[in-house]
Amino acid sequence: MTALADSTSFVDFQQVSLAYDDSGNAIEDISLSIGEGEFVAFVGPSGCGKSTFMKLCTGLHAPTGGSVKVDGVEVGGPLKICGMAFQSANLLPWRTTLDNVLLPLEIVKPYRSQFRQRRAEFVGWARDLLRTVGLEGYEDQYPWQLSGGMQQRASICRALIHRPRLLMLDEPFGALDAFTREELWCVLRDLWEAQRFTVVLVTHDLREAAFLADTVYVMSRRPGRIIERREIDLPRPRDLAVTYEKPFIDMVQELRNLIGDIRSA
Amino acid sequence: MTKRDKLIERLAPWVAVLALVVIWEVTVRLLQVPEFIFPSASATAQALVTFAGPIGMHSWQTLWTTMAGFALGVAVGLALGFIIGSSRFLYHACYPLLVGFNAIPKVAFVPILVVWFGIGSVPAILTAFLICFFPIVVNVATGLATLEPEMEDVLRVLGARRMDVLLKVGLPRSLPYFFASLKIAITLAFVGTVVSETVASNQGIGYLMMSAGSQMRMALVFAGLIVISAMAMVMYELFAILEKRMTGWAHRGQR
Repeated sequence: MTALADSTSFVDFQQVSLAYDDSGNAIEDISLSIGEGEFVAFVGPSGCGKSTFMKLCTGLHAPTGGSVKVDGVEVGGPLKICGMAFQSANLLPWRTTLDNVLLPLEIVKPYRSQFRQRRAEFVGWARDLLRTVGLEGYEDQYPWQLSGGMQQRASICRALIHRPRLLMLDEPFGALDAFTREELWCVLRDLWEAQRFTVVLVTHDLREAAFLADTVYVMSRRPGRIIERREIDLPRPRDLAVTYEKPFIDMVQELRNLIGDIRSA
Repeated sequence: MTKRDKLIERLAPWVAVLALVVIWEVTVRLLQVPEFIFPSASATAQALVTFAGPIGMHSWQTLWTTMAGFALGVAVGLALGFIIGSSRFLYHACYPLLVGFNAIPKVAFVPILVVWFGIGSVPAILTAFLICFFPIVVNVATGLATLEPEMEDVLRVLGARRMDVLLKVGLPRSLPYFFASLKIAITLAFVGTVVSETVASNQGIGYLMMSAGSQMRMALVFAGLIVISAMAMVMYELFAILEKRMTGWAHRGQR
């Protein structure tokens, strides 16, 4: 997928820094470019500003230095073409799974004004999406009737319902058990293979990053800088079995050592 | 749980009431307490029947003034809670003020209200209002102010305005807090009304108890107490049922 990274960049950071207050920069001098349809992962020790990076990318926060461009335009406010999902699924307990997934369409333009007339159509989108992540038959259940993994699937559906071009995931599988996590990797992989939106995945899990991403960025401790850019050239589509083979394990090991060096530095 | 266990659980509160009445009756009789000091349960019951007419009239007065004050409290409490809870700045600015206001014994307001509005229903309604709106404000404001930041990010990135977030997430989320506060507020509203009636009214259960007390007719005073407590209990249960219906999703553990 390296070819995609070479195409004109979709997300473009030029020497970006951000300081929340006087205590110094949370991230510093970050320059990178992400191609449209690329799957990138950010790894690093905790507190390295990975989540800050997400906020900058989605326009929820403005940088204090440098420039952030998405799709060729300087980011000046929240970007509607983004969908977000976090470690906690954050579904609304008074809405059914289906209504939770539909929530963004009630808010984002231009769908919000069409929501009543096109509701049946939108429900169709939501059902399709829920089916592809394996939640068929759970549409009318409430979130608290679902397991943690299922909630996270629904949360990803919610992030994708308005067909964003950029999907931001902040440790989305961090709170799940190992088996569910690997299952959801495959769900995300299949969604991405089918729709080819751009994904920015923030994670602590090196195997997760290496398995899913085209490019892995390793960040340093606060103030976060990018200290390594590693292209993962494993062939697509990747099967979970890949993760038990030597090249993959070696790559993860290398990344692990890098992070180990940062932590001990 | 078997059917029998359920039945026992249902009967338990009634048995407890009955036991209390029996203990009351037996103690008063054994110790031969004179009726003008502590009337027996049977004397109180008798007063309830004998004075059913006037008690009914006065309780109606208490009930409607309480409900009027309560309704006012809900309206103002909701509005104020919404405003304070939706802005961090206002939350911090107004919270100490509210706490300070709440610390004033509401009975202290009654003389002021009498000067302003004369004696009668108005001070009773306003005292009920003053005493019951605080828990509503605090609960609604807290429900709104404790929104998960991530949920807010998810919506803000979609271009949600502050009002969208409040209406779609904040308000439904604070409903359980709101209904929980209604149960507290309704009982407090009764306290407010009765306090005001004892000081500044010639109607209502509070007035009835005051005047009966001054004539040493303690059985009637106790009858008044029981009527108030019964009314408050009924209203409390009513709001408890309403709460379960409206916010069942928040009580899933008990299903």
